[in-house]
Amino acid sequence: MFLSERRRGQLAALSIAAVVIIVGVPLWWRTTETYRAWLPVSQIKELAKLQLQLSADVEVVFARGTVTPEQQKKVPLTQTQEEERAIDGDLIILFLILLIRNTKLESKFFSCHVLFLPEDTALRYSTQADLYLLAFQDVNVYIGQRRTALLRIGPQMRVGKTLEQLLAHLEPRIKQVLQVMSFSHNDITAALSDRVRFSPDNKESIADSMRAFKSSPGYEITFSLLNPDPKSHRLHWDIEGAVQTYIQPLLTKLSPVANFSIDSQTLYYTMLGVNPRFDTSRSAYTLNADSLAHVINPVEARLGSNAASSNPVLNFLLYVPDAQHSPLYIQGRKKQEVPSNAFHSPRWGGIMVYNVNGFYGSEPEFPVDINIDMAKVMGVFLAQLRLLLGVQSSTPPPGFLVARCGSTGLADWELDRLMWSRSVENVATATTTITSLAQLLDQIGNIVINDNIAQQVSSAVTSLQLAVAELEAGNLGFALQYSKEAILASEKAFFDPSLLHLLYFPDDQKFAIYIPLFLPMCVPILLSLLKIVSEARQRRREKQAKKD
Amino acid sequence: MKTHVLFNLFATFLLADGLNIEVSVFDFSLQLQISHRFVFLILNFTRNVAPLLINTQLFTRFLSRISQDSAGQFFSSGHTNNWAVLVCTSRFWFNYRHVANTLSVYRSVKRLGIPDSHIVLMLADDMACNHRNPKPATVFSHKNMELNVYGDDVEVDYRGYEVTVENFLRVLTGRLPPSTPRSKRLLSDDRSNILIYLTGHGGNGFLKFQDSEEISNVELADAFEQMWQKRRYNELLFIIDTCQGASMYERFYSPNLMALASSQVGEDSLSHQPDLAIGVHLMDRYTFYLLEFLEDIHPASKANMNDLFKVCPKSQCVSTPGHRTDLFLRDPGSVLITDFFGSVRKVEITTEAIDLTDPIKEVEERYMHSYVDQLPVSEIIHQKPKQKDWHPPDGFILGLWTLILLVFFQTYGVKHLRHIF
Repeated sequence: MFLSERRRGQLAALSIAAVVIIVGVPLWWRTTETYRAWLPVSQIKELAKLQLQLSADVEVVFARGTVTPEQQKKVPLTQTQEEERAIDGDLIILFLILLIRNTKLESKFFSCHVLFLPEDTALRYSTQADLYLLAFQDVNVYIGQRRTALLRIGPQMRVGKTLEQLLAHLEPRIKQVLQVMSFSHNDITAALSDRVRFSPDNKESIADSMRAFKSSPGYEITFSLLNPDPKSHRLHWDIEGAVQTYIQPLLTKLSPVANFSIDSQTLYYTMLGVNPRFDTSRSAYTLNADSLAHVINPVEARLGSNAASSNPVLNFLLYVPDAQHSPLYIQGRKKQEVPSNAFHSPRWGGIMVYNVNGFYGSEPEFPVDINIDMAKVMGVFLAQLRLLLGVQSSTPPPGFLVARCGSTGLADWELDRLMWSRSVENVATATTTITSLAQLLDQIGNIVINDNIAQQVSSAVTSLQLAVAELEAGNLGFALQYSKEAILASEKAFFDPSLLHLLYFPDDQKFAIYIPLFLPMCVPILLSLLKIVSEARQRRREKQAKKD
Repeated sequence: MKTHVLFNLFATFLLADGLNIEVSVFDFSLQLQISHRFVFLILNFTRNVAPLLINTQLFTRFLSRISQDSAGQFFSSGHTNNWAVLVCTSRFWFNYRHVANTLSVYRSVKRLGIPDSHIVLMLADDMACNHRNPKPATVFSHKNMELNVYGDDVEVDYRGYEVTVENFLRVLTGRLPPSTPRSKRLLSDDRSNILIYLTGHGGNGFLKFQDSEEISNVELADAFEQMWQKRRYNELLFIIDTCQGASMYERFYSPNLMALASSQVGEDSLSHQPDLAIGVHLMDRYTFYLLEFLEDIHPASKANMNDLFKVCPKSQCVSTPGHRTDLFLRDPGSVLITDFFGSVRKVEITTEAIDLTDPIKEVEERYMHSYVDQLPVSEIIHQKPKQKDWHPPDGFILGLWTLILLVFFQTYGVKHLRHIF
């Protein structure tokens, strides 16, 4: 059958319009959409309002003389104490303290022991159990090198008091001990400084938070010996042995927290950049505290770094002053002497000045061979390393005596403290990263989300949930490990190079791109459709007119 | 007697600064931790005299003078290190002045203490060794060749065609491929103050890179927001020397940003002076006067941002420089120039040392030595080329073919279909 010319034209126009609309538009839509893998958005939203529960286990041992045998039977097995604090509205932390009755003093992993002593404790020094019992009258609490603390019963608590009063006296003091040994509200708030803009109570906590490096999976430590005057001094330092003997034990102990890599170098003809002044009262050259700030920059330009990773670098410099400017001492702000002769810069490292004019002997023949006393040098560097890694806690409350840390440089409870704050910091940083990544990907519809990014995000979310659960259970080691995994995954997802938002198209540019392509195609179709419609309408009008 | 002396000291201190002072007595008594007699003094002072207003800067300066410990200096600014990202976006010999601009800021920043490891310098073209340079290996900033800003220790991190919008945004947001060396990365943390300097040809809302692409102010604002989300800066100073530069900072919305531009929207930034020997304009006006201002700054200088805002007034610059400080939390008058342009380190005296005279017992442990993985070289070499997924033809091709078919059928009519199929 032969359709009329007009009919054929109408059919052609209609079929082309049908093809364009039914086939073309969906095809164009599917081929121009960006690939976005699925992200666990609901779980991320849940994580955004972070609710952390930190629990610290404490074993309290009542020494003989503190409780009567009848009271001993009635001491509760466990007792929990909770404290809720809200930080910045969307974060709640609960402290749980569990009191357990026990008579053995085993060093359970990551729990603290508090030994409760009667008021007039006989004093003895005991090496086997690493407990020192001291004679000081005003010291009521002693914190040892491992995880043990000794608490002396107060004078108002004689044995005749009831058990309830004893426990009521006990609890706040144990809480105070725990705040020193495990975590306190200030520490946790400082660790959360990524999430909350906190206004701290005192200057020391700001200085503390600025000084320590942020949590990172690894650190690079560089030891440099600066010898500005090789003609006078020939320096020998056994840096490898010293690192092995003094620094490595600390780093091995810190291995759950981060990886460390160490290197060393010697630099010749590197001056300090500041002219020291000759002080006649001490007949020595001095550098006062204000000029120390300008020492670091000229030296840093020469230091170089062979770090192949993006980990933060800690620089420890040992400066041996030249023969003209020996001996060189550092003065504090109030012109006081500094026994360590060293200073450090927050988040950078430390510098120690080592005077060698004492080694000259009677008739020095330059160059003088000098062996540097690495024990003294490493003692200072170790102290600076502790400060820079955030190990140093604030001053303990009055009446507390803290044992000197052993030769590893780190007490066990200090390690615990560091692990608590690092876990919380890692969890907070990882949640912020994940939530801001999710927000970013949500806002910008044009970014392609590859499968590997989605997988990293999912694994980060899983690790975060596990870390929070472990923190709640009090398993510090696992919590730290999961939090580290969470941070690694979240950073990898956030900083993936494929997420670069270069696809910002303002709407007028989108129109400018599509109109020259689709308008010439659409205009004939539209016009022919319009013509069909107008003809149909005209025919209907004619039919109407015919009917009338 | 003592109280009177103290009173006078306090009074002169306050009046000498000429600021309005408001005393919050509660804070005073808690944070100062000085004797109650002093606090009583202050109460008296406020009751008798008209209430005065203290702004926090005076307060903290007062604090740091009273308390001599080093923690006091942390109050004035919250940063521990400084970074600088200096970008010149134009190529070709006649844009010599943009390279000279960037190099003069680089020179000042290095002189004031920021090391090369903390500077990311991006120059889109090489003027010093350009074939048309009559004085090779030099880039001058002033006629009569007074100041060679190229020097002999310039470290350019991104050169030539590496200076693209993509690389710039990657540097800012940190989304660089893992093989990028440290010198090409911006490894700042939440306590870094960053200086960003851009120069080139710009327009209303965009800046031209390499004469072929452009970065818009929205993209820049988004990049800064992503930096803020990851806490990659403590405070950021953004300086731009292009035509209509003020449009580039209009869209910023992240906190702690301060911006300066050499001209307002609708104005052109002009160049300073041509050099007849070299044959091109050597510097732009704004950066010329900025360099002059910075040459007077030394690392211990106390000049603040208000002085920087006054650089190059309209009489000298012909365009009107603008600045934006509403997103910045501190008062610009308390921000030192060296907070951004220099690198004044904070130092603390190490008061303790650990006694290591009794050595540790030798622990019998086997140390596992291993080499650090740098790049997975074997994987990279033996990588098979990625299989690209097949995508159906996109809209452009479809539209083109539809157009061709339509034209064909229109011209020749449908009846010719049977000759084809």
